[in-house]
Amino acid sequence: MREELMQIKDKALAGMAGADNMRALDDLRVSIFGKKGELTQILRGMGALSAEERPVMGQIANEVREELETALEARKNTLHKAEMAQAMASEHIDVTLPGRATSIGTKHPMTMIIEELCNIFMGMGYEIATGPDIETDYHNFQALNIPAHHPARDEQDTFYVEDGHVLRTQTSPVQIRKMEEGKLPIAIVAPGKVFRSDDIDATHSPVFHQMEGLVVDKGIHMGHLKGALTVFAQTLFGEDVKTRFRPHHFAFTEPSAEMDISCFGCGGDATRIKGCRLCKGEGWIELLGCGMVHPNVLRNCGIDPDEYSGFAFGMGLERIAMQRYNIDDMRLLFDNDIRFLKQF
Amino acid sequence: MNLPMSWLKDFVDIDIPLNEFADKMTMSGSKVEKIHHLGAEITGVVVGRIEDIRKHPDADKLVVTKVAIGNDEFKQIVTGATNLTVGDYIPVALHGANLADGLKIKKGKIRGEESEGMLCSVEELGYSRADFPEAPEDGIYIFPKPEPLGEDAVNILGIRQDVVEFEITTNRPDCFSIIGMARETSATFNCELRVTNYQLEKPTNDRIAVEIQNDKLCSRYVAAVVENVKVRPSPQWLRTRLIACGLRPVNNIVDITNYVMLEMGQPMHAFDIRAIHGDKIVVRNAREGEKLVTLDGTERTLDVDMLVIADETRAVGIAGIMGGEHSKILDDTTTILFESANFNGVNIRQSSKRLGLRTDSSGRYEKGLDPNLALACINRALELVKMLECGDIVEGLVDCYPSPRLERKLEFDPTKITALLGIDVDETKIAELLWRLGIKVDSNTATIPTYRYDLEIWQDLAEEVARLYGYDNIPTVVAASSNVGGKTDHQRMEDKLVETMVSLGYSQMLTYAFESPKVFDKLLIQPDNRLRDAVKIINPLGEDTSIMRTNPINSILTALSTNYNRRSPEARLFELVKLYLPSENGELPNEYEYLVVGGYGDMDFYAIKGVVETLGRVFGLDETPQDFSPVTCTPFMHPGRNAGYKNLGYCGQIHPQVAENYEIGTPCYVAVLDFDLLREQTQMIKAYRPLPRYPQIQRDLALVVKDDITHGELSSCIKQSGGKILRGINLFDIYTGDKLPADTKSMAYNLTFRADDRTLTDEEAVKATEKILKAVNEAFGAELRK
Repeated sequence: MREELMQIKDKALAGMAGADNMRALDDLRVSIFGKKGELTQILRGMGALSAEERPVMGQIANEVREELETALEARKNTLHKAEMAQAMASEHIDVTLPGRATSIGTKHPMTMIIEELCNIFMGMGYEIATGPDIETDYHNFQALNIPAHHPARDEQDTFYVEDGHVLRTQTSPVQIRKMEEGKLPIAIVAPGKVFRSDDIDATHSPVFHQMEGLVVDKGIHMGHLKGALTVFAQTLFGEDVKTRFRPHHFAFTEPSAEMDISCFGCGGDATRIKGCRLCKGEGWIELLGCGMVHPNVLRNCGIDPDEYSGFAFGMGLERIAMQRYNIDDMRLLFDNDIRFLKQF
Repeated sequence: MNLPMSWLKDFVDIDIPLNEFADKMTMSGSKVEKIHHLGAEITGVVVGRIEDIRKHPDADKLVVTKVAIGNDEFKQIVTGATNLTVGDYIPVALHGANLADGLKIKKGKIRGEESEGMLCSVEELGYSRADFPEAPEDGIYIFPKPEPLGEDAVNILGIRQDVVEFEITTNRPDCFSIIGMARETSATFNCELRVTNYQLEKPTNDRIAVEIQNDKLCSRYVAAVVENVKVRPSPQWLRTRLIACGLRPVNNIVDITNYVMLEMGQPMHAFDIRAIHGDKIVVRNAREGEKLVTLDGTERTLDVDMLVIADETRAVGIAGIMGGEHSKILDDTTTILFESANFNGVNIRQSSKRLGLRTDSSGRYEKGLDPNLALACINRALELVKMLECGDIVEGLVDCYPSPRLERKLEFDPTKITALLGIDVDETKIAELLWRLGIKVDSNTATIPTYRYDLEIWQDLAEEVARLYGYDNIPTVVAASSNVGGKTDHQRMEDKLVETMVSLGYSQMLTYAFESPKVFDKLLIQPDNRLRDAVKIINPLGEDTSIMRTNPINSILTALSTNYNRRSPEARLFELVKLYLPSENGELPNEYEYLVVGGYGDMDFYAIKGVVETLGRVFGLDETPQDFSPVTCTPFMHPGRNAGYKNLGYCGQIHPQVAENYEIGTPCYVAVLDFDLLREQTQMIKAYRPLPRYPQIQRDLALVVKDDITHGELSSCIKQSGGKILRGINLFDIYTGDKLPADTKSMAYNLTFRADDRTLTDEEAVKATEKILKAVNEAFGAELRK
């Protein structure tokens, strides 16, 4: 019996070495370990052995079985790896072929710039406010301290509709509507479309976007205005950007100012880059108008200017977007050419 | 506002680099737009003297000159000019010189004769005979007196000047003058202002009478008369100052009025007294339809709201805008009347607008001038008459000034000012800053000069303090905010809509809210359709942008058309747009927010419908088989390929005729949703439903029905009859063909049955299926496909 076992073992090991695919190996396994397999048969015949022989032969048989099982597993691994390697070799593809197109749309660059600005101001505790596109003369002008015949009306070429209403020329009427709600304090920014009868060219459009800001509370002073707008500018354009406030005039603020930021082109040093195109050699770029809310405006909205004060600001957004995305012609923003839109 | 630095220096001593001057003026509120270096483009033109003139040996019309240019240097220059004589002093452009029109001078040979430069006319230096009346009509400019040889000729002509251009805000009409800017300079740099007090003429004369009939529109009229006038060109110093400010010299009298206007800000006018009948000036409203030929030779038709300067019989000028042709100063004028008056700015602006006539004068009046200027200015003009020796002043003048403007007194409370500015500055310093501006301050009152009528409230004083204190010196305070900012639900839903559309492959467009009334025809909208009732723009840029859109289809089709015609193979676009509908009783028009989606190329009806379905899911709307239903009557939509979606909108294919009208040669698809209604039905916060715990049973049913039965009808019926355990109806195949009777189709559904509380038995599913089969058979005659 011992010889038989040894024979089986040698034959099986030789067979394994000769099996060159998984199938042949499996057939071999069945011929050894299967119900009618050689080893199974032998083990089955153990019962006929004497009580003395049985444990000895049992041990040998177990050793043989274990050895064969280990060898089979090893061979199986080897063959599996070889087969996988072969398969992979045949699965070689051209990875430089284009990927399957997944269609994704894009947000309009104006939406992106509005989001960016809103996020900055929301982080500073501002709400986002909106108002109608078609406004009353009162909200667009009179309440903002721009009475009939005020020269400021000529500066903003206004579209009129029936009943004396106007397409808002600025986002400032949102200020008025917010203050009229009567809830204080106020901290809002109001992005939106405004309308002026400008012919369309590379830097003008009869429709464009502005963002208005308004803060009203007790004890607000010009230092707060400078602080808020400086933080805004540095968040938007980077901490190195410098701001400069210049006296200016707006009917609805007093004192009024314009805020310039140091030029991105020449970094505020116009002498560094000769004839900097962005700032025309001035070193500064005009960004927004601002000021302390005029007491007449507060009064028009039922707020006592002796108790409350506030600041307001407004800026055009197209220019910021155009600078941000390197767009050289405003018409592209309204042209809706998919080849343009898909770039954002 | 153009400020020649040389003129400014008549009034203040300022001697700092130009850039520093510009920066400081900008920061104190007078924004410098640009610094012009007049004459800077001209180089290499010097004073020369003609030493010799000889005929050109080979050209009849040319001469060869020898020109001395100093330092015993001589140049030979060939010229065609005929107005030269030996000894003339002339401008010579030497080899390498640059002239006004960009011309570069090089030496060379002209018909064999060496020419080392060019002799110049005023035109070659960028000017005309109006600027230099002594220049010959056609020929080389000859200096009236000997000038140093070799000196810069441009400098001697007085046209090399530094001019600073300011942007003046509308509240500061006083700054539209050299003196106004001198006042700002003095305040900014804290340097002395030298203003001459001109000898005042006694305020009466009987040579002329003035009557103001409308003192609301004319608050003051000052007139003076000059006799024995000698009309001739002004001296060079005066002319070059006008030129530097962009004005053309005319003659001494007109130049004086312009000079005073530039220097002091008060428009003036000079009339030839021959044209004034009855020696009387009447300031009155024009008569309706009254005609007047103005100085520019144009006949103007006036109306009753316009103010005219008239004599006893007719108008001689339009007040504050332009004088009349027949009263203008001519070469033979001998007696003139100077006008220095104050007119109502609003009225001037409106008249000027109606006439389509804007002048330097009207531009100044529009902004509102100080009536107290008028007298000082006429005296300045008379002083110039004396200085220029151009006539004899008739003693005394007429000053009609019914209600003089008085100095304004304002509350002065330094603590309020410092609180508003957020600065810590004592009262003395604040008073000192205001003092620099001519504002006198005592304990609690500030007295404002009459030329600063823009200062009305104490906050205005605060601005004056701030700009001289320096906006940059105000400490920046970053306040910790206790406000809870953020977006409203509405705004967040807009954001979500945009995000969803983008992830669906659509790009956001940006269209104008106004369009042409012609779009209704393009969209096949019938004449009586209420969509045609749009908000009209009274003063549109053009018809194409004259109404506010009532419907978003034109916007999307215009954008699709743009892309189609630029050969983009496909386009997917969307926008959240506003629509505007008129309202009644003078209320603001109603504004509605709509989503519009559109596309073409590799698309069909079900692609656009899929977008709408996804949006419904994203916004948590109920899904029912009745959500979509055919709509055949929308004029711009394909009648067989358009579905209404709930009460929210529709989606489908654009009517081929409409697509053709927009020059889109391929089927295009749109969806329109009422965003306001969508918001109302939205579930932004979704509730979790437990995942199924018990297995489901699937059954496939292929139903043979008549062709005209829709999936909507069939699935609706299945749903109703399937009972509570029917959890899913999925159409997976539609078959038509030979294997079926004519005019029928097979609709294959996969049904999912499940219970939440137990494992369903096959029997239950079979029973439910039988119920469904019975129901669809009764309703539509549907049979199981064999």
